[in-house]
Amino acid sequence: MYRENEIMDGIADEKARREADETGDLIINMGPQHPATHGVLHLVVTLNGETIKKVEPHLGYIHRSIEKMCESLTYRQFIYVTSRMDYLSAHINNHACALCVEKGLQLEIPERAQVIRVLMDELTRIASHELWWGAMAMDLGAFTPFFHAFRERETINDIMEETCGARLTMNYMVPGGVMADIHPNFQKRVKDFLILYKRKIKEYDELVTGNIIFQNRMKGVGYLSAEDAISYGCTGPTARGSGVSCDIRKLYPYEVYNKLSFDEILETEGDSFARYMVRLREMNESIKIIEQLIDNIPEGDFQAKTKAVLKLPKGEFYTRVETARGELGVYIVSEGGMTPYRIKFRSPGFSNLSALDHMARGSKLGDLVAMMGTLDLVIPDIDR
Amino acid sequence: MFIINYLKEVFGAVKSLATGLRRTMYYFTHHKEIITQQYPDNRETLNFPERFKGEVVMPHDENNEHRCTGCTACELACPNGSLKVITQFNVTAEGKKKKAIDKLVYHLELCTMCNLCIVACPSDAIKMAQTFEHSVYDRSELTKILNKPGSKIMEGVE
Repeated sequence: MYRENEIMDGIADEKARREADETGDLIINMGPQHPATHGVLHLVVTLNGETIKKVEPHLGYIHRSIEKMCESLTYRQFIYVTSRMDYLSAHINNHACALCVEKGLQLEIPERAQVIRVLMDELTRIASHELWWGAMAMDLGAFTPFFHAFRERETINDIMEETCGARLTMNYMVPGGVMADIHPNFQKRVKDFLILYKRKIKEYDELVTGNIIFQNRMKGVGYLSAEDAISYGCTGPTARGSGVSCDIRKLYPYEVYNKLSFDEILETEGDSFARYMVRLREMNESIKIIEQLIDNIPEGDFQAKTKAVLKLPKGEFYTRVETARGELGVYIVSEGGMTPYRIKFRSPGFSNLSALDHMARGSKLGDLVAMMGTLDLVIPDIDR
Repeated sequence: MFIINYLKEVFGAVKSLATGLRRTMYYFTHHKEIITQQYPDNRETLNFPERFKGEVVMPHDENNEHRCTGCTACELACPNGSLKVITQFNVTAEGKKKKAIDKLVYHLELCTMCNLCIVACPSDAIKMAQTFEHSVYDRSELTKILNKPGSKIMEGVE
């Protein structure tokens, strides 16, 4: 009961409360049930007037002990759980796990499977960024962009539904390749989507990017320098908005990424608008990758031959991939049995959230929502 | 100078608002581009792709026969324990004992539609159905027995 009261008060320790009483600061709870936190994120904000003095994220509301659960599941079974971490890039999470198991087994993946995987990853990235774009504009008070973003995202979801059988938690990647071959309609539908996307992306700039109210709320807000981005461990578009080159697809290429031509998007301003532009431009890069691959899916098997029971040799295996939010690392410790001894996920959301306190200090409470929007937080990814 | 800048800002803001509003007005007048589906009313016309993972079912043919041998491969493949195979021994005409399923219990409330049981099944006895409206009034209704009463295994399936 004691702990519950503590959370109800929103103050972690007595000391902070006493300090606040002395200085006349105001401590408010943002969340866990706040529409702008997109989940059960609980921020304890210390305010002086309307100026933020401290932001303290309280985690654990959606902790499902996924890492512990994975220890009791076999190497085929544990992949489905990871779709529930970062549910917006479920494919890429599954991809990271499948890669790690394959590294342990030293499996050669057929090229067709690699290309299908990369195609799915990039489609997921676009879908994720589109949802982020709509949700972030909605946080700032613009409701229309949400529907525009979901309209295009729906097309991707339909493609996923047809090929993978589900819209969000697909479980399509298995150790050795993909679960099923692509649907006969897949290529045609992706090409239709590319045409639709190129027609509609102009609306995005028209609706939000060029809007002066939006720009005033984003420019110069939530500044994060390159040094801070590195020291807080930020990855993905959050760090690339500060000019830190950290795209895993470029730096440590996996699958067929080293054969593709695409740019790593970098912005140097380091404010919310820079992070916004990185994500928006990244969608175009994903489109470029899809265009290169969609007509060149090689013939062959979609899955390598694997044993019925997968057993990883004794040792430690680590792989990393670039999700829509940043670097996802999967670390497996194997004792040689059917199940992993320990699994650790290095999720991008957790590190990106840790920079929020640093960004928010000194700015106004209203800007906190804009900062959180550009960090693109997915709470189940932070808590796991 | 201050006033000019101020007015520039005001008109710039109005202009950028109008740009966004023009897009809204475009969709207001172009009804064909609206893709909203009226979900509960369009149930008859809803089409699901054949791979859509709704729930696990066991297809039976017209003689009430299925293809399940009771090998428990699906039970072992399932990460959540949503499938449970209960086997029995049938005595054949020659007096031999033959293993067959008594019940294949399926817990829909535990299932995450990961498709691993379908992939694991060596005799294609189970498949994913395209149903998706799983709400019921009581939780016990979600525990299903996949094989129909009185059904038996198809000839030639081992």
